[in-house]
Amino acid sequence: MKTKLTALVVAGIMAGAPAMADLVVPNLSYRTGPYGANGTQYADGFNDYFTLLNERDGGIGGEMIKVPECETAYNTEKGVECYEATKDSGALVYNPLSTGITYQLIPKVSVDKKVLYTPGYGRTSAKNGEVFEWIFNAPANYWDGASVAIKHLLDENGGSLEGKKIALVYHNSAYGKEPIRTLQELAEKHGFTLSEIPVEAPGQEQGSQWLQIRRDRPDYVIMYGWGVMNQVAIQEAANIRFPMENLIGIWWAGSEIDVEPAGAGADGYKSVTFNGVGQDYPLYDDLQQYVIDPGKASQGGQHVGSAVYSRGMYAAVVIAEAIRTAQEMSGTSDITPEQLREGFENLDITQERLVEIGLPDFGPPIQLSCSNHGGSGMARIQQWDADEGKWNLITEFTEPDQEVVQPLIEEDSQAYATEAGITPRDC
Amino acid sequence: MIYREAGDFKTSYRDDSQTFPIRLDRWGYYAILAVAFGIIPFVINDYWANAVLVPFLIYAIAALGLNILTGYAGQVSLGTGGFMAVGAYAVYKLMTAFPDISILIHILLAGGVTAVVGVLFGLPSLRIKGFYLAVATLAAQFFLIWLFNKVPWFYNYSASGQITAPERTVLGHAVTGPATSAPAKYLVCLVMAFLLAWLARNLTRGMLGRKWMAIRDMDIAAEIIGVDPLRAKLSAFAVSSFFIGIAGALLFAVYLGAAEAGEAFGINKSFLVLFMIIIGGLGSIFGSFAGAAFMVLMPVLLKNLLVGTLGWPTDLAAHIELMIVGGLIVAFLIVEPHGLARLWRLTKEKLRLWPFPH
Repeated sequence: MKTKLTALVVAGIMAGAPAMADLVVPNLSYRTGPYGANGTQYADGFNDYFTLLNERDGGIGGEMIKVPECETAYNTEKGVECYEATKDSGALVYNPLSTGITYQLIPKVSVDKKVLYTPGYGRTSAKNGEVFEWIFNAPANYWDGASVAIKHLLDENGGSLEGKKIALVYHNSAYGKEPIRTLQELAEKHGFTLSEIPVEAPGQEQGSQWLQIRRDRPDYVIMYGWGVMNQVAIQEAANIRFPMENLIGIWWAGSEIDVEPAGAGADGYKSVTFNGVGQDYPLYDDLQQYVIDPGKASQGGQHVGSAVYSRGMYAAVVIAEAIRTAQEMSGTSDITPEQLREGFENLDITQERLVEIGLPDFGPPIQLSCSNHGGSGMARIQQWDADEGKWNLITEFTEPDQEVVQPLIEEDSQAYATEAGITPRDC
Repeated sequence: MIYREAGDFKTSYRDDSQTFPIRLDRWGYYAILAVAFGIIPFVINDYWANAVLVPFLIYAIAALGLNILTGYAGQVSLGTGGFMAVGAYAVYKLMTAFPDISILIHILLAGGVTAVVGVLFGLPSLRIKGFYLAVATLAAQFFLIWLFNKVPWFYNYSASGQITAPERTVLGHAVTGPATSAPAKYLVCLVMAFLLAWLARNLTRGMLGRKWMAIRDMDIAAEIIGVDPLRAKLSAFAVSSFFIGIAGALLFAVYLGAAEAGEAFGINKSFLVLFMIIIGGLGSIFGSFAGAAFMVLMPVLLKNLLVGTLGWPTDLAAHIELMIVGGLIVAFLIVEPHGLARLWRLTKEKLRLWPFPH
């Protein structure tokens, strides 16, 4: 009995990592837990784009893409387990959609030689490819997002934020703390006062934070939230009648499910985004034809076209383009993670290429290099229209204030290099 | 027939009072040690180390620590996550401040720092008991996590508040940092778990352990027969926190490599370790290991079975997994409220009589 049980346990644990051919892009997703509502949509978008490539084009360069999924529940320990379970199956690139898990994986992928692609999240200073050889965070990072939001406010105020009060409501975790340094620098540069208001994860309790906002009456509130925190914050803001157009979320606080619970109260809420919204792109016709109609959509395709779904799809687009570049460079279709890394460093997604993909003006052009793993950092602002129930893009892609962001990236990546004993590469 | 004591004679008190008085038990124990030290390090791979054995050993240490406090001394604590965070941040500060000193010493020192913090938060136990003490330790949990989030000195002013373990070596082999090999990770945790389990076993059957148990069973009676509640309770807090601090230090430095206070050491961790000792068995060394094994291995096993073998969607598997583990906990507690340790003891008693029960 005992031996049988032991044998069963061993067999069960051994079954974790089946061997695979093809190009493997694991999807470390989370469909459960406090962030599951957002994670599900992202994972669906990520899966569906690769399904589309497999169904329509027979993969990339003739190689089918396999996307094994592993549930992390946004938990770092489960994230590590998922990484270990999938890394020997020929995995090329990881996209864990969690800043906490990213921090775990940054040292690991550098040793195991796997690419880590963290679009719009993760460690901001990973943009410096001289230090972070295996990490890519194009098209934009948290500091770019903060800077673009401030630029938008500058535009609204005729170029000056002198004497204004801006509050940062943030998820009290690695993710939420990231923009503080940049915003402090920007506050100094533009003469506004910044107050930092942390929200404990997962963020269902925000009464005191919004009471403080009601008392302090900041002119603008910038929010770095995720999951249930966004819904609660927007509801609370509506409750204290904070003018919605003065509340700006980062891209992770800019999906339909964040604003819909507040109903009409959320009308006018803004968020930064680095990808297009809605379904008015030719790619969605292909998606309908090859993926959704034949019933191959991930989880039934119930979230197709939502903001977070589109972002997951956009991450898949960039990865697919990097794979294509790597295949062209190496002359082989069955690429290795090393070749994919080269592909990422030579990635050049132009507006023309986006049109070819079927996503005109969906994202900023991305041009990476050995030293620049983060792209231009351009992002735009979207605004929620509660009556129509959709996001509208209200600005063009805006360049962040690299004068402020770049020195911070240099400083932080150098600090990491010293701490981890890395000699920066020569680019 | 196979498992029995007939013919196993003891001729000295020393033999009679050893940890495993039955010969077969002793052999089993030596066999497990031989496999753990002699075979597993040579065959272990990254997946086994990082997903199964290392977390199991670390949580076993934490469960041992909490078991000393709750199982032996009867002081309920919900601050385990916070104390683990103390161990993690202490080892981080020590290893970045004194990079030349061996990491093993830092891990022990981190346990020491946690012991001091534990005694501090153990002071209320002299006045309050039971649920009220649980609430006081819950306050410790929230206070400590808040502290590590709030004061940048603890995380060396990093932009995101994350702490990352730099590479440190023992005898030329990396045991922290990304280049650590699976056997190195495993061995460090195994040596710590072995030494601490040995220490816990010997403490709990000595004078100190008897004092703890006297306090647990009835503190007024214990005081009347001459047990000083101040010393007994605070020593339980100190020893328990020492163990938990080491578990936290290992969890951060060896296992995860990077951590943030709220995510890695939140209230969930306190409950997880508490469940481990309740399922494993309060007041039992074996129970700490059994409980840790149950809580760490069960989810991994179910996940691999449901997703890897049966090919279910990951979210459905994750939900079912929660339900099965929850259901098993309830079922176990109904069948045997004293946990896996008691179940094991009953099995052994049955086996002694087998195949001729009365």
